[in-house]
Amino acid sequence: MYGRHLRALSLATVALMTAALALVFFYAPLEAEEGFLQKIFYVHVPLAIVSLCGFVAGGVMAIAYLRTRDARWDMRSYVAIHMSLIFALGALICGSIWARGSWGHWWVWSEPTLVSFLIIFLLYATYQPLRFAIEDPERQARYASVFAITAGAFVPLNFLAVRMSTAYLHPRVLGSASNLPAPMALTFLVSLLAIALLWTTLCSYELTAKRARAQLRALRRELAGEDGARVARRPRSAAPAIVATGQRGA
Amino acid sequence: MSQAAPSIQPAAERPLAPGAAAPATGDAGPPPGGATRPHGPGLATTIAAVLRKELLVELRTLESLPGMSLFAVTTFVVFHFALNRGSVDGDLAAGILWVTLLFAAMLGVNRLFVADADQGGLDAFLLAPVDRSALLVAKALALLAYLAVLELVAVPAFALLLLGPSLWHAMPALLAVLALADLGVAAIGTLVAALAVRTRARDLLGPLLALPLLIPVVIGAARASAPLLSFGHGGGPGARWLALLALYDLVFGLIAYAVFDFLLED
Repeated sequence: MYGRHLRALSLATVALMTAALALVFFYAPLEAEEGFLQKIFYVHVPLAIVSLCGFVAGGVMAIAYLRTRDARWDMRSYVAIHMSLIFALGALICGSIWARGSWGHWWVWSEPTLVSFLIIFLLYATYQPLRFAIEDPERQARYASVFAITAGAFVPLNFLAVRMSTAYLHPRVLGSASNLPAPMALTFLVSLLAIALLWTTLCSYELTAKRARAQLRALRRELAGEDGARVARRPRSAAPAIVATGQRGA
Repeated sequence: MSQAAPSIQPAAERPLAPGAAAPATGDAGPPPGGATRPHGPGLATTIAAVLRKELLVELRTLESLPGMSLFAVTTFVVFHFALNRGSVDGDLAAGILWVTLLFAAMLGVNRLFVADADQGGLDAFLLAPVDRSALLVAKALALLAYLAVLELVAVPAFALLLLGPSLWHAMPALLAVLALADLGVAAIGTLVAALAVRTRARDLLGPLLALPLLIPVVIGAARASAPLLSFGHGGGPGARWLALLALYDLVFGLIAYAVFDFLLED
């Protein structure tokens, strides 16, 4: 039965996020230059890191799909990329707020980290239109997997390329480990784990919901008998199709 | 079902039982029993044949090249008026050159697979007993040829229209940058063209997918060309930008080669 770990995952996520927020507000020291505004770092950076790892994970799952042709890998790849795109949007918004507060501008083009991330975001924003533009489900899955692999390889190269430009306004916190004092490092680590767990839980929810919907559709089709095709036809969508058998525990 | 099997199947192979499902490999290659494919032409021969076909068709129909070249020249004229300057140099010149070349390349990318997909050439290729990566290599080489011709027209036009005459000496040094950037555009352009050609909004999706992937190429090419196009330039293009371009070309060339077969399985 799918979705069996959802309760444990949800509880763990809530616990860890609460711990992370508690650490951020009550334990982490105030940073000398920016003061309270700096605390957005504990949300912004984990969101960015998790979304980038999620994009690469989507590429790896796409490789698994192309090797095994199991539609479940395609579904996982789709959900991973979809969720990472949302997290990336969150990172961009948080980053914008932080930029406005500490540098005075909502966005700076001269900063390589921001620009790399924006390019990756724009690239993955084309993933769903690409899927939507292909009607045949098997071809949709195949083409989307090719795209996910190419884009997944693109992520590190893009950062390398853009970082080679010179302006360094964006804080290089993770480059030198000595930058972060211990309480901040701990808070950051807990936040990172919390956001990673949040990502995993949300992905599990989405996968479960899609499978449940597919099961429901299959059951309706069975109930409707000959009218089944008319009753349960799925409108064209960017999400991969699952053909469920209508039996429990599929 | 065994009667429909191709005659090349070895006689020793047991036919599948009527109720058994064929393994779902989704692969239109040889049957899973290990039947041998008839011996077709080698990779190099195939690439040469497809490339020859591409170039012949382009010479006869002149579908992409005049459009690309005219677009580039017109864009330079538009820039001349939009920027309201006598001449440009340095970063601005490099930027204008590369953005224009990129968009002109997109025109070529859009048209690359269209004729094959619409008129059955792609199906014919899939039926032939050849290595399918040959199509990728041949199309990429064809696109590279189109880009070379485009640059033969566009770069002198750029020098005439926008660069001051004192900068014309930099033109030959641009060749290395042009070559490396063209390789990147060709690899990614071909992959994206194949991806986009059988979708519904192919003209829109092609550039939409290709442009973000090509941004590092633009960065490398523009940064490498900027010192060449500046007054009092100190030396040639930065080695690290050329290295970045070369690395990018290599990685994406390999990735394109690896994933291309999956696009052609229909």
